[in-house]
Amino acid sequence: MTEYITVIGLEVHAELKTKTKAFCSCSTEFGSEPNTHVCPVCLGMPGALPVMNKQMVEFALRFGLALNCDIQHYSKFDRKNYYYPDLAKAYQISQFYQPIALNGHVDITVDGKKKRIGITRIHMEEDAGKLVHSGATISTSDSSAVDYNRAGVPLIEIVSEPDMRSAAEARAYMEKLRSYLQYTEVCDGKMEEGSMRCDANISIMPEGAKEFGTRAEIKNLNSFKALERAIEYEVERQKEILEDGGHVVQETRTWDDAQGMTFSMRSKEEAHDYRYFPEPDLAPIIIDDAWIEKAKSELPELPDAKKERLMKEKGLDEYNAELIVADKKFAAYFDEAAAATDDAKGVANWMLGDVSAYLNANNVTIADFPISPKHLGEMVTLVKKGVLSSKLAKKVFAEMLKNDKAPVELVKELGLEQVSDAGAIQAMVDEVLAANPQSVADIKAGKDKAIGFLVGQVMKKSRGKANPGMVNQMIKKSILG
Amino acid sequence: MALYNETVHELHEKLTKKEISSVELTNAVYDRIDEVEDQVKAYITLDKEGALKKAAQVDARIAAGEAIKPLTGVPGAIKDNISLKGMRLTCASKILENFQPIYDAHVIENLRKDDTVFLGKTNMDEFAMGSTTETSYFQSTSNPWDLSRVPGGSSGGSAAAIAAGEAIWSLGSDTGGSIRQPASFNGCVGIKPTYGRVSRYGCIAFASSLDQIGPIVRDVTDAAIVLNTICGVDAHDSTSANVPVPDFTKALKQDVKGMTIGLPKEFFGKGTDPKVAEQIKLTAKKFEELGAHVVEVSLPHTEYAVITYYIIAPAEASANLGRFDGVRYGYRNMQAQSAPEMMAATRTEGFGQEVRRRIMLGTYVLSSGYYDAYYNKAMQVRTLIRQDYQKAFEQCDLLLTPTSPVVAYPLDAKMDPLTIYMLDVTTIPVNMAGLPGISIPCGFIDHMPVGAQLIGKPLGEETLLRAAYTFEQATDFHKAVAPLGGKK
Repeated sequence: MTEYITVIGLEVHAELKTKTKAFCSCSTEFGSEPNTHVCPVCLGMPGALPVMNKQMVEFALRFGLALNCDIQHYSKFDRKNYYYPDLAKAYQISQFYQPIALNGHVDITVDGKKKRIGITRIHMEEDAGKLVHSGATISTSDSSAVDYNRAGVPLIEIVSEPDMRSAAEARAYMEKLRSYLQYTEVCDGKMEEGSMRCDANISIMPEGAKEFGTRAEIKNLNSFKALERAIEYEVERQKEILEDGGHVVQETRTWDDAQGMTFSMRSKEEAHDYRYFPEPDLAPIIIDDAWIEKAKSELPELPDAKKERLMKEKGLDEYNAELIVADKKFAAYFDEAAAATDDAKGVANWMLGDVSAYLNANNVTIADFPISPKHLGEMVTLVKKGVLSSKLAKKVFAEMLKNDKAPVELVKELGLEQVSDAGAIQAMVDEVLAANPQSVADIKAGKDKAIGFLVGQVMKKSRGKANPGMVNQMIKKSILG
Repeated sequence: MALYNETVHELHEKLTKKEISSVELTNAVYDRIDEVEDQVKAYITLDKEGALKKAAQVDARIAAGEAIKPLTGVPGAIKDNISLKGMRLTCASKILENFQPIYDAHVIENLRKDDTVFLGKTNMDEFAMGSTTETSYFQSTSNPWDLSRVPGGSSGGSAAAIAAGEAIWSLGSDTGGSIRQPASFNGCVGIKPTYGRVSRYGCIAFASSLDQIGPIVRDVTDAAIVLNTICGVDAHDSTSANVPVPDFTKALKQDVKGMTIGLPKEFFGKGTDPKVAEQIKLTAKKFEELGAHVVEVSLPHTEYAVITYYIIAPAEASANLGRFDGVRYGYRNMQAQSAPEMMAATRTEGFGQEVRRRIMLGTYVLSSGYYDAYYNKAMQVRTLIRQDYQKAFEQCDLLLTPTSPVVAYPLDAKMDPLTIYMLDVTTIPVNMAGLPGISIPCGFIDHMPVGAQLIGKPLGEETLLRAAYTFEQATDFHKAVAPLGGKK
């Protein structure tokens, strides 16, 4: 049977976090009453003209630098013409002929293997409005209304090279982009709110082939899961066609998440002719070296650099470091917590363990996590010093979730301080040994298993507070001398 | 002379001296409108109530001893492609027949600050596409010099209103000659400022890289007065020039001594009515008498100007007019069963033939596979045309040409579109090069006015006005009054 290679390129749209829209001064706020953030410009009223938002250029420039792109000293806007009720002017102001950034790259890691994904281009454009149908779908609705609040919100489109070879790589690339968008603070990267969206170009070719197969462009991918599922589905669909001796058709397809299938939207022949031409209402964007240098100097620490630093300075392994840095706020939490203790690895373990479990179970982000980073760090220190056993630490952690107090205080309040006083522990050990002569005899006969039982008895007596290591040692010493 | 036929500066003086009131003046113009409008048909919308209300406010200000600006209380007419809140904005199209704009154009904001009086909105070619004002959805306007002739276009209503005494001053817009050509056909002064001098914000775009608003008035002084109010950088228009605006009335000096005026030979040969060419040569002679130096120059790419204009302008228009889709405002076809069907039907029914022709032309030249051959090539030729003018201005201060190769022709002449397009050869290159151009009355042929076009360097309006003013003060052509003769 022929083996196939999957070839994937992604076009990612990211909504820029500017306060105002791309070409007018309306607010970009999400979730307001329909048509409350509109004006003659974004409503496409006759005679209205666009004026470029400089912040949009700053953000696009910053992100271009973050993805190692060549920033273009001269770029300009073009009009992309098509008719749709949510597109007020019947053209979208975009960059087609001369985008702001070209030829970048970003590194991903999948199954421990590093891979570089090329960035073809990054360009700026404006978003369209949103159709609100009276029924469940457009075809079952009697009418549709248009909300233009989103019309004119600035976007960047990040076009990758066809460098990805699996759904996992595509997902890793998307996650890496989201991470970079958050670190550079140009976009909040929320796929569920649509602030980050993606279209996937997917093709397959027989192993050893020199040319890529015919691609299908898949739209309507609204989550990482949808992206992965759609790629897996699409690859199977194309394989079946080729196996049956057919040809894949170049077309645009839409992903139906409920059915788990892609459906044809339009063929190459039906594809829009966008009739791009230079936007005469806007001047070209001139970016000089000084501006680029300034933007470079203002770039924050980026995820990959941060990962390297955590490995080098904090001793984290690459896998953990990668997980810690993926989300900017999560990483910032780590930094703060690690600063409160000298056991950064311990912090990483807690964050990737119990903290992550809590976030997932409650479906919240680190921003809503009830324990302050300082307290988490202090708790890790208590464990390291032996003041808390890991079992007791979990109790303290659970308490801190309800009541974010300093762990030292909580330990006192709950009476959970580990007993490491040798005299007190010896007294308990003596009592337990006296009460369990059979176990003592077993141990003397070489049956070590019984040690565990005895340790358990002492711990029970101490209500969990005795230092288990010391208990173990003292039992052995008392019996075996 | 009747009040309605006087100039802005004359009437301003009378208002200041309290010889007349703004209400009196406004009523006089409306009486004139009542008298002749059914013959001329210069207006699409009139607002007598609003105009008189503003006039009364101005009179109160004057009575209170407040200083007033030259346009304060002087009634003017606005081309109906400029957004004026409170008056419907039609662009002379069915698709906007009942459209109420929600904001003021930048020029209107400026004019409001002067407390001027708005009489109404003037007729034009639909979406400013045409040279006769006959493509208006509402009506054809007649030329007050001979009612059987066209007033020119696309700002035909504004020019005819001035010639007929139906307004004291007016605004037009000029994409390929739409201020200058009707000004010349109606014996008016019309100036298209340098691209960027006047904000386009609120002027319904036809071809964004060519459109410019400007005045159509009775003399050069009035042109300077209106320019003083409407020019200047605007934060809402990125293409408006961030340069200081001089007091243009200070440029009105009778002095062209030492000025070099170029006569581009391309505008005096084939295609130009020899009688018109003769008038312009007489104009050149007059300038020489007044002390200017006249030389022949060449603009070798002139023959490509009209062809390239009819690629670039329709291309931009095809995008600019996309927004008229029946979704948010304007005419909508109510029978369609789907959104795409509704948009197509709305546009088919809402636009007139000439507008549809140009949208199709523009859509075609931008189509994939044709872009390089047409649009891109046209943009390259546009650069060559601009360079022609730059070169000519190395030896000249101004260029002098006929504003139009012909005088106003009969209504319903049923000329084929290409013939009409070619008649704009004198004005189109000026827009292509972004230069200022003024048309001034310079003679008559069989009682029909002839206009001379002066073309200046970028931002050279002051030189333009000075030369025009010098010629005007030395001649009487601008004082002639249209007889409203002939029958439509």
